[in-house]
Amino acid sequence: MTTTERSVDVVQAPDAGSARALELADHVVSLVRVRAGDAEVEVTVRQGSDALTRFATSFIHQNVASEINHVLIRVAVDDGRNASTSVDGPADDETLGRAIDGVLEAARVRPPDPDWPGVASRAGAPVVGHWDEATAASTPDDRAARVRAFVDAAGGLETAGFCSTNVVRLAFANSAGQRLAGRGTAAILDGIARTPTADGSGRQGSVRLGDLDGAVVGGRAAGKARDASNPTDLEPGRYEVVLEPDCVANILSFLLVAGFNGKAVEEGRSFAQVGEAQFDGSIVLREDVTDPDTIGIPFDIEGTPKQPLDLVRDGITSALLHTRRTAKAAKTFSTGHAVEGGSSWGALGANLVVEPGRKSTDELVAGVERGVLVTDFWYTRILDPKTQVVTGLTRNGVWLIEDGKVVRPVTNCGSRSRS
Amino acid sequence: MDDIAKGAVEAALAAGATYADARVMEIRTEAMSARNGITDALDREERAGVGVRALIGSSWGFYSVPDVGSKAARRAGEQAAAVARASTLVGGKDLGLAPEKPVTGHWESDCREDPWSVSLADKGDLLEGLTRTMLDHGADLAEASHHIWDTRKWLVSSEGTSVDQHIVETGALIQATAVGEGETQRRSYPGVRGQYGTRGWELVRELDLPGNAARIAEEARALLTADHCPSLDATDLILGSEQMALQIHESVGHATELDRILGWEAAFAGTSWLELGKLGSLRFGSELMNVTADATLPGALGSFGYDDEGTPAHPVDIVKDGIWVGTLSGRDSAALAGIERSGGAVRADGFDRIPMVRMTNIGLLPGKDSLESMIGATDDGILMDTNRSWSIDDKRLNFQFGCEIGWEIKNGKRGRMLKNPTYTAISPRFWGSLDMLGNRDEWTFWGTPNCGKGQPQQIGHTGHPSVPARFRGIRVGVRG
Repeated sequence: MTTTERSVDVVQAPDAGSARALELADHVVSLVRVRAGDAEVEVTVRQGSDALTRFATSFIHQNVASEINHVLIRVAVDDGRNASTSVDGPADDETLGRAIDGVLEAARVRPPDPDWPGVASRAGAPVVGHWDEATAASTPDDRAARVRAFVDAAGGLETAGFCSTNVVRLAFANSAGQRLAGRGTAAILDGIARTPTADGSGRQGSVRLGDLDGAVVGGRAAGKARDASNPTDLEPGRYEVVLEPDCVANILSFLLVAGFNGKAVEEGRSFAQVGEAQFDGSIVLREDVTDPDTIGIPFDIEGTPKQPLDLVRDGITSALLHTRRTAKAAKTFSTGHAVEGGSSWGALGANLVVEPGRKSTDELVAGVERGVLVTDFWYTRILDPKTQVVTGLTRNGVWLIEDGKVVRPVTNCGSRSRS
Repeated sequence: MDDIAKGAVEAALAAGATYADARVMEIRTEAMSARNGITDALDREERAGVGVRALIGSSWGFYSVPDVGSKAARRAGEQAAAVARASTLVGGKDLGLAPEKPVTGHWESDCREDPWSVSLADKGDLLEGLTRTMLDHGADLAEASHHIWDTRKWLVSSEGTSVDQHIVETGALIQATAVGEGETQRRSYPGVRGQYGTRGWELVRELDLPGNAARIAEEARALLTADHCPSLDATDLILGSEQMALQIHESVGHATELDRILGWEAAFAGTSWLELGKLGSLRFGSELMNVTADATLPGALGSFGYDDEGTPAHPVDIVKDGIWVGTLSGRDSAALAGIERSGGAVRADGFDRIPMVRMTNIGLLPGKDSLESMIGATDDGILMDTNRSWSIDDKRLNFQFGCEIGWEIKNGKRGRMLKNPTYTAISPRFWGSLDMLGNRDEWTFWGTPNCGKGQPQQIGHTGHPSVPARFRGIRVGVRG
């Protein structure tokens, strides 16, 4: 396990909006303590906005925006009896008081919980730079402009997709004095271009809306669609595959949810065995919210700072993700990966980084005697978390590779893989 | 709340919308789960706010606020129009709305036992006891949960519609997992997602969870040593009604959503293999296949009084005697497709999401056979039930589904248990091979509480009346 050395004062909010969110979190803690002085309490406040401009048949058909005010409260009373509640809506004292009375009542009727891990003690979170002022202030016109560029770059092909922005300010406070505040922005442009026989996709994501280039993304989608046109069937069988990055991300999501999740390991449902060589020796997987190419907030809903971790180093499974509860069971420390609603299924990573290798996609293709190049997977579902057998289908461009060259597009096909 | 919604609509119209509607919603939920004898989660949620939809030209603008005050609602109306106006930079043809007579009214689901009146202690005792029973009968991991959704919503439109609804949805799930050497096997009851309906706690009592906990734990354990489902290019396949619900949902429900057919979901959920020009003439399946979309079915999870643009619930034929005859539609998609009336299938999963085409209760009408008569009439085949994996292409044509459990059928009798059963097919060929269909006594209104669609994604609650069915000549046991 590696830990970051970049910490800040736990009570320093990055801006006035985050400070207000932290103030509300503090207030909710005090409302609970007034009612139950010996209760442990955790409060997470999430405020901000989500906006998404959606286009299909080459015009914007749905354009949405939502303001967010979310308060999550977890309490624990005698012997770890705990319950949680959340409020989306007006955060006035009447509403909050009703929610708090309800959650205290719910906690008190529960049986003692010997596995209750207690609330987090004071600790600073890593410093991350996942905020962009211009993105936070962006307008529907800014999103529409990128959609316009995408559509224009497709050169007359039908297009569909979305451009989104997310602005979040997150604050945490608990009864042990832990207080954290953070903020983040994110922007995505994701779409397809369509010929009569094939779709092609392109996408970009960033902390900054300004990084998204509609012409580049739309041009990529159109190029893929044209290259994938007039596909022919591929006979069923076992093939070597070259997976483009989004396919790899798709498969890796199953490793995160069902593999490196400390709870899945505790229950015997995971393949992961720390210290064992379970991957190719070239594989390095990191969970790292501090990586400049990722997005997000550097602490979780239990107020635990997210620790950058090597999950796999040189093919060897090196670490697991934990919440406070699963960490207690495993006699280790929480890694800061508790998520809302996740108490039943454990820890979840959100910043998985695959260390790049030394070859480009073209070089990977050049090394394949007979195989398939895949752009996207679709509707992937896991059959057995322990064996990581996943069924799915391909999408947005599939090609046959022969003797190191892409020779023809093939129709989308079902796949069954084992990670 | 009507006045709050009216104010939001007025503000959207004043800001330039040609049509607007506003929904004020209050949602309470409760989710409790137990694992291996201990209640490990009790989560409650309260959500309240206003969502406004405004139409300008070719685009909907939508804006929501987590606030039910009149000032915030009016701001949402103004912003919805502003968002819609921004869309004109990439505009299309003006969007019309299929005519619908404005309505006023109230509707509420039938709830015989208020789920909030059942004490948390009783709920916890039930769930914990179920998990202990499963542990005692071979499960390594025993899970039980219940979920309650209690929704009040008030809808007002600029055409004069004003309706309010109170919908209570309740349900539960138990699952037993057995861990073996390098594999896990799971059994779920009543289905992989449980069973849910627009009903009260009486639904949970009727499920008889205590009467099934031991059985599923023993089945999960037995699956570890069961034989693999054989790989066969063609065999007779009998599906239990729970897997049939998934089959209907994925290959009929999504395929007949009109927004997909029109290409509005092309980049994410996908399109459909169905072409509008073939509506009314295309053979979807055998003559036994009759599918309806019916939001009026009492207690089914996809039931309501009015959809989220105020169209009263009414049954719609989707497939009749094997011919594709209908779609799941809203007022905008119906108008664009030249369909006379909205199918009343537009819903949003909260005040903060735009209403869109969602399944209501998409189900098969029952036939005359039964599961037992199907087994008795099958010389060589496989019975599968309880969904485990579901992969289907973006046109809803080519699919591969896996189930939790299977049994070999030989000479009209159920034989050895089979693990990891899967089957694959092309949708119209599959439905065309349907030759036996369970009867009304086996008709179950399955509820699916987790249907994902849309961007931002929405989680829909859908119903699927279904019965066991037999299909001929199906490829099973696909392995990589």
